[in-house]
Amino acid sequence: MERTHVLVCAGTGCTSSKSLELVKRFEEAIRMKDLQSEIKVVKTGCFGLCQKGPIVAIHPDKVFYSHVTLGDVDEIVNEHLYKGRPVKRLEITDIDEETKEAIFEFEKIKFYAKQKRIALRNCGLINPEDVTEYIALDGYQALAKVLMTMTPQNVIDEMKKSGLRGRGGGGFPTGNKWQFAANQVNDEKYVICNADEGDPGAFMDRSILEGDPHSVIEAMTIAGYAIGAHHGYVYIRAEYPIAVERLKIAIQQSEEYGMLGDNIFNTGFKFNIEIRLGAGAFVCGEETALIASIEGRRGMPSVKPPFPAVKGVWGKPTIINNVETFANIPAIINTGADWFASIGTEKSKGTKVFALGGKIVNTGLVEVPMGTTLREVIYEIGGGCPNHKNFKAVQTGGPSGGCLTEEHLDTPIDFDNLIALGSMMGSGGMIILDEDNCMVDVARFYMDFIVDESCGKCTPCRIGTKRMLEMLIDITEGRGTLQTLTDLETLALHVKDSSLCGLGQTASNPVLSTLKHFKHEYLAHVIDKKCPAKVCKALLDYSIDKDLCKKCGLCAKGCPTTAISGVLGKEAYVVDAAKCIRCGACVQNCPFGAIERA
Amino acid sequence: MKSLDELNKIREAALLKVNLRQNNAQYRILVGMATCGIAAGARPVMKTFLDAIDKDQLPVTLQQTGCIGMCIHEPIVEIIDQAGTKTTYLEVTAAKASEIIESHLKQGKILEAYTHVTK
Repeated sequence: MERTHVLVCAGTGCTSSKSLELVKRFEEAIRMKDLQSEIKVVKTGCFGLCQKGPIVAIHPDKVFYSHVTLGDVDEIVNEHLYKGRPVKRLEITDIDEETKEAIFEFEKIKFYAKQKRIALRNCGLINPEDVTEYIALDGYQALAKVLMTMTPQNVIDEMKKSGLRGRGGGGFPTGNKWQFAANQVNDEKYVICNADEGDPGAFMDRSILEGDPHSVIEAMTIAGYAIGAHHGYVYIRAEYPIAVERLKIAIQQSEEYGMLGDNIFNTGFKFNIEIRLGAGAFVCGEETALIASIEGRRGMPSVKPPFPAVKGVWGKPTIINNVETFANIPAIINTGADWFASIGTEKSKGTKVFALGGKIVNTGLVEVPMGTTLREVIYEIGGGCPNHKNFKAVQTGGPSGGCLTEEHLDTPIDFDNLIALGSMMGSGGMIILDEDNCMVDVARFYMDFIVDESCGKCTPCRIGTKRMLEMLIDITEGRGTLQTLTDLETLALHVKDSSLCGLGQTASNPVLSTLKHFKHEYLAHVIDKKCPAKVCKALLDYSIDKDLCKKCGLCAKGCPTTAISGVLGKEAYVVDAAKCIRCGACVQNCPFGAIERA
Repeated sequence: MKSLDELNKIREAALLKVNLRQNNAQYRILVGMATCGIAAGARPVMKTFLDAIDKDQLPVTLQQTGCIGMCIHEPIVEIIDQAGTKTTYLEVTAAKASEIIESHLKQGKILEAYTHVTK
């Protein structure tokens, strides 16, 4: 009998900071104390607070340790597990604003207190490689209920009633999508799980598959029953090795238990799942390109209609849902559509998982009810920008989305509000930018990504994005004019209107939204030839403060173009602007901070 | 897997494994296990609770806690119910622990006598 469980995060984030070695060390230290029959070490999925990883949770004490190193393990075992004294210095804490005292209870810590976990309900709580732990927390109950007590149409009606919308970005109502496929008369249909998560900075699908793969498998089987399909594919990128491995284990275990395969729950219903690995092309997240890739063809989109629900993989009716969408479904079936519909806003029900990244204190994964404001997510949960820098913007929806500014912070987040503001929900990546980020440079970064990822099938996207990138580079390097800005906007609108698939149609969004909200930064680049955030190197002027200069000559020594001159120990050094290539080496070399950028 | 019954059986068995990670135990048992507690014999006491929880599948969690300053009355065992009411047993031995399990944990009857100071 175990009295204590030591839960160690084995998600990608914590694994890369050696959490698997921690597991071994814990097991050894526990054996040394002869506690192995009382204490179990469990590998779990992501706890969400990736910034503070590796995370170790001790239950039933509900103690969360952060930044645990191999050297801390003995102390935790000897003090906490043996003597019952939690190691305070490693505990995750918050400061109570009223009493100014430290808060240790994890439910009260702001990062967790504001969250509502539905899709992530089991992440960080169960061992994803043990199906019985999933079963213990109501796993496969929804599948049993669906197969034994509901008709396929009942299931679809329940989905419609819940108001669940696709979490991959589009926000299409899931129930309607299933209805289209169910209405098709065909002997073969398919269910696809889209796990081709490609937005820079987004990692919610990966975390769900790593932390709770069975929820996705169960939901895909439910979807198969609802539309009349017997075969499913999980299309996942090969660069998610941990997720792929856990998914394989989960599929195998589910088959062994008779919850996947032929004659599921002895009802005669048959469903199989196959994993297809993608090579990591962004465009393969687009459903028609994804289907082409599954069929072994080059991943390029095709014209819709016909929609996949009519003619999808192998020309058969197919539904494609995102990982997070699937993860919500067992909870909806178990707890009821009315419960789910009671969470969120009028048109966006339930919760949404966001991956917080960029200039934010608590980088990590959070799940909040729809309708939570950006301010709550960024400041209360995320902890705001580090180093007391000023918030400038938040980029949502990745390369297809846009930037939102300070004035939008109190907007409740839902599908429609974000689109109305010129951005989009996307898959849930949220990159926070502060005063040190140049918005023109951000637009250039995303366009660079799109140029790489454009498949090249249609002209507006293939050539249009390349030309937009060239214009953005001109602006950041000081060659832009007011005419460049006009041309950029015109071209952006053309690419948006005339591209074949979602990738091209949304590729202009970062440009258009930064032009709309940060026109003054663009103008500073083209008129004053200055970068207000001091990011665009070509627009910076370097000078040396005579009073701070100690005449050591290190700057001149490191200058690759001999643009700095002076006399060692006698005369302050000066930069020759004509020779300076703005590489910034002198700033790095000066021990006295005497070199100024403007 | 042939039926819902079968699934529920697996669920019941597995629930015992993960229950202690959730907040739904009927009682929380805290055993004082600082140096004073261990020296006074807290480990056999804890072992008694552990074996009983295992054998009778009791819906309780067992935690170790530190010294509360009454070292002379160790081993100290605190039992907290779902309403948060705390009962403190003093100078517990393995034999007393067995009685506490039978009376308090199984029947909900507090053993008044063991909550008093005898030394």
